[in-house]
Amino acid sequence: MLNRSLGELSRGLRNGDFSSVELTRFFLDRIENRGAELNAFISVTAERALDDAHAADRKLRDGGAHPLTGIPYAHKDLFCTEGVATTCGSAMLADFVSPYDAAVSERLNAAGMVMLGKTNMDEFAMGSSNENSFYGAVRNPWDAARVPGGSSGGSAAAVAARLAPCATGTDTGGSIRQPASLCGVTGVKPTYGRVSRYGMVAFASSLDQAGVLAAGAGDCALVLQAIAGFDPRDSTSMDEPVPDYTPPADANIRGLRVGLPREYFGADLDPAIGAVIEQAVAALRQLGCETVEVSLPAMSLSAPAYYILAPAECSSNLARYDGVRYGHRCDAPADCDDLYTRTRAEGFGAEVKRRVLVGTYVLSSGYYDAYYLKAQKARRRIRDDFARAFERADVLVGPASPTTAFRLGEKAGDPVTMYLSDVYTIAVNLAGLPAITLPAGVAGGLPVGMQMIAPHFREQDLFRAGHCYQRETDWHRRMPEGFE
Amino acid sequence: MNIEEVIKLARLARLKVGDGEVEGLGRDLSAILALVKRLESASLDDVEPLAHPLDAVQRLRADEVTEDDRRDAFQKIAPHTRDGFYLVPKVID
Repeated sequence: MLNRSLGELSRGLRNGDFSSVELTRFFLDRIENRGAELNAFISVTAERALDDAHAADRKLRDGGAHPLTGIPYAHKDLFCTEGVATTCGSAMLADFVSPYDAAVSERLNAAGMVMLGKTNMDEFAMGSSNENSFYGAVRNPWDAARVPGGSSGGSAAAVAARLAPCATGTDTGGSIRQPASLCGVTGVKPTYGRVSRYGMVAFASSLDQAGVLAAGAGDCALVLQAIAGFDPRDSTSMDEPVPDYTPPADANIRGLRVGLPREYFGADLDPAIGAVIEQAVAALRQLGCETVEVSLPAMSLSAPAYYILAPAECSSNLARYDGVRYGHRCDAPADCDDLYTRTRAEGFGAEVKRRVLVGTYVLSSGYYDAYYLKAQKARRRIRDDFARAFERADVLVGPASPTTAFRLGEKAGDPVTMYLSDVYTIAVNLAGLPAITLPAGVAGGLPVGMQMIAPHFREQDLFRAGHCYQRETDWHRRMPEGFE
Repeated sequence: MNIEEVIKLARLARLKVGDGEVEGLGRDLSAILALVKRLESASLDDVEPLAHPLDAVQRLRADEVTEDDRRDAFQKIAPHTRDGFYLVPKVID
């Protein structure tokens, strides 16, 4: 059960090779034995999982089962789950139990998937190392002295260590693709608006998007199929048909035009990572892809634009944490001002405070044109660069992260160095594009991910190319030593 | 960013910052602003700002009641309520 694809698990359940209860117990046991050392989970919902597994087994026996019925998953602790705490990695929400389910939670429940628990993450999804969690840092299963990436670090570590066969994640500036790269798993961030944000704790609403992490592209396709689609409760949900994401077994990518953005292969790219990506590109050529060099000239504007827009939206979204309606409230406030300022000082961690302050700064009177408006202009230029590149290419390929997993504490004291961990991923969020990280090799014994980017609503191309690449390679099947 | 600016900003953001935090915050915020100020040199005067990557606009819905009354469920998670009201410290004497 350890290293089977979701399709194989689904067939195993249907053939009666094992039950959902057995499968669920198998992963709960792994979490119990190995979960604590990684700190990948904030909560483990064993009792509920076994109840759900029993229900799934009944459905599998009596009919009406979905292809994912009975398959366990780990849920990022940013998705609201009725009756189960949703902390978002923050002290502010330590005792928050949502009175409703997120759309993603609802859809996974409806498919009959079994939630094992909620995964650790950077507080409010702000971070690239998972060190910003109120619940402690997550450790990378490939090397416990290193970070798993972030913000979906718990999900990536859980999948890499096979504590769960798949996990949900969210991606505002790379929070699925960067940890997937650092943990050697596949992670997909869909088109902005593809998956409902209803019931996702908001960080930067014009950038946030839910997605999936799992061993392989085919696994991600199956889960995305279950969660994608229009939802009127999310005002930015796109009313577009959802195609069949699962690539046929005999799919091919002959003639697929792979664009290589010059800016992704510049002098600042670690040569060891560059070599892995070049090898992956050679494998794509072997599969019949054509490669073409393209350029994204405004790429250098993406980090400054992102670190204006994301904090601006963050400061606005997080204004709701005032100690009145839900979440933490300080003791014995003297007046309303004391209530707000002390509640927020106690409830938010250092990185969240920095972003709230930066966002407040760029939106304050007199600065709007110089920062926010200019960043929105840069955003258009970045999006238009991608559109031009897609005139000559079907997908774009480059690294997902400028480094492999770094040491715990290595960048924790320097926010700007940490921010630049997302230098290859944030432009994709600004442009609202879908992208996938595919394990593509190792450098210095640590996983390296290839990032593949597609035009809006072309997730199926990412899954097809990923499937074909992973049919020829086994990087996505490799497990960290000690977790096999 | 100097100490006065950090204190003013924290005040705007309704964040209490301790005396020991201000200096470090000033240093971090200055470094972050140096990163975002790289935009200054970009010439973008002729570019329209972009708020939504797919140029979508907000949908409107019919003005109809669609939600059930779940006040009790929502107030159950509030720190302090009474008789259906959220309680805050006294505002007017």
